Amino acid sequence: MKLKINPAARKSYITYGLVLAAFVAVELLLNFGSPSNMFKGLLVTFCIYSIAAASLNLTVGILGELSLGQAGFMCIGAYSSALFSVATKDSITSVWVRFPLAILIGGIFAAIFGFLIGIPVLRLRGDYLAIVTLAFGEIIKGVFASVYVGYDSAGLHFSLKSEGDLALAEGGKTLIHGPQGISGTPVDSTFEIAFIVLFISLIIIYNFINSSTGRAVMSIRDNRIAAESIGLNITKYKLMTFSLTAFLAGVAGALFSHNLSILQASKFDYNLSILILVFVVLGGIGNIRGSVIAAIVLTYIPEALRKVNSDLANYRMLIYSVILIVMMICTSNAKIRGFIVGNLQKFKGLIIRKAPAAEKEAH
Amino acid sequence: MALLEVKKLGISFGGLRAVDDFSMSIEKGDLYGLIGPNGAGKTTVFNLLTGVYKPTDGTIFLDGQNLTGKSITTINKAGIARTFQNIRLFSKLSVLENVKVALHQHYNYSALTGVLRLPKYFKTEKAMNERAMELLEPFDLQEDAMTLASNLPYGKQRKLEIARALATEPKLLLLDEPAAGMNPKETASLMNTILTVRDEFGVTVLLIEHDMQLVSGICEKLSVLNFGQLLCEGLTGQVLSDPEVIKAYLGE
Repeated sequence: MKLKINPAARKSYITYGLVLAAFVAVELLLNFGSPSNMFKGLLVTFCIYSIAAASLNLTVGILGELSLGQAGFMCIGAYSSALFSVATKDSITSVWVRFPLAILIGGIFAAIFGFLIGIPVLRLRGDYLAIVTLAFGEIIKGVFASVYVGYDSAGLHFSLKSEGDLALAEGGKTLIHGPQGISGTPVDSTFEIAFIVLFISLIIIYNFINSSTGRAVMSIRDNRIAAESIGLNITKYKLMTFSLTAFLAGVAGALFSHNLSILQASKFDYNLSILILVFVVLGGIGNIRGSVIAAIVLTYIPEALRKVNSDLANYRMLIYSVILIVMMICTSNAKIRGFIVGNLQKFKGLIIRKAPAAEKEAH
Repeated sequence: MALLEVKKLGISFGGLRAVDDFSMSIEKGDLYGLIGPNGAGKTTVFNLLTGVYKPTDGTIFLDGQNLTGKSITTINKAGIARTFQNIRLFSKLSVLENVKVALHQHYNYSALTGVLRLPKYFKTEKAMNERAMELLEPFDLQEDAMTLASNLPYGKQRKLEIARALATEPKLLLLDEPAAGMNPKETASLMNTILTVRDEFGVTVLLIEHDMQLVSGICEKLSVLNFGQLLCEGLTGQVLSDPEVIKAYLGE
């Protein structure tokens, strides 16, 4: 019997197509249209949040564990990559060499932390995992917000008290200014680079899901005892997924830190983790494409509302929250959902009706 | 030497002695039944054999290898696979994927190979698809390969569980009430399937069952459990006519 194309693989191709189409549309708009400055400024942010949301969906949707530490991993990625870029700004002048390296370093450091934290944390389940990852995110933020790092001829200096406490020799330079964070990071995150990183991230995520590893992870999610009974090493697969999520969050963090020249740890707070989780939940748990769409739409709405007119701008967070609630009801209420899905399928039927005939001719 | 050698197995949950002094010996190629009234400890014996519970006393040897107190994963790798009384499928995966997951011990590639889509990925996936379809064939599940496991009718879900267990290439297959909830026609077809599994895949089968039509129809040997203890063992005909066994089932 001949096997049809794997439905999961088809999903990934549709997503690649949609993302590419969006990229082409935006490029056309940038070159031939007149997009607002607000829209131009948001383009990299779209990519950052899309990567963060899609990668969190690996842990929440594919592994089935609730993690609230995404901002923490982004923070690690942002700081490690920014430090690398600040330190090598003068020695490596080509953006195309320095920035990919910085992104990779951001990802790897976040993955290392993801792995180390994962070892104890993944023994917990459900609410406990959420609580511990939440605490972890806050600790990372707290540490980075209070550390001072500088270097001089004698080497690196650390302090948790103040900049003066570093006691740098003449000619020394401070790298991390405590709550003021890192300044002078080269602004390397262009929309094109951010898009390429997003596209590669999506390929990694989809290939991971559609491989034997991804299947094993999903089987653990669906039934842990049955997964063990067919000889799967639960801890290994959990750690792998958690580390990959952390890696991609670190990559998103690296894009974040190179999008603005000033980086502060206070940006990576609890709210950011929740925001990304909202993208994942409203986009559909386990639905990578949904995460990307939700990240873009829900980032754009509050900014767009700010622009409409000044009266509306005052109420924008109110409108935003109402939109969130409506979306939640629409995705969780079976009746409304059935109505939307049913109509979508009718709409699909109108377009694809002729497709099977065309397929036969091709054979 | 017997394939499975269980000696003086016992487990206590607090003050309750769920299984006590249970011994059993299964030869290679046997189709062996484990029966007993409700609550006799049959599933507990399965859970002990597969490592879900760690025995408080006794030993379990498979093919000369000591499996006492080993983890579920290790025991599966050593060659014991099982199905569950309350079906445990990977409900959001397709029928084909359910079997493919279980092939990981014999067909595998690293996560990196999968992400980078190296040639080995395509080669192994193709081999896995073929092998999985082969395993689905005796269960008449090939047509449903792309269906979500949770959308299968009940009888097919039971069969898929057996196919998945076989995918790990076990020496000993444990079936926990495979005919539960089936009508007589489905049970008859299941009996054939179990015989096919034993003969074609060369697997030794140990099953728990309440359906006496199935037990007397295909099991060659039986052990009877009552209140966690071995009541009687031997050839099926002898055991089922034993007055002690009839008393345990029907009362006096």
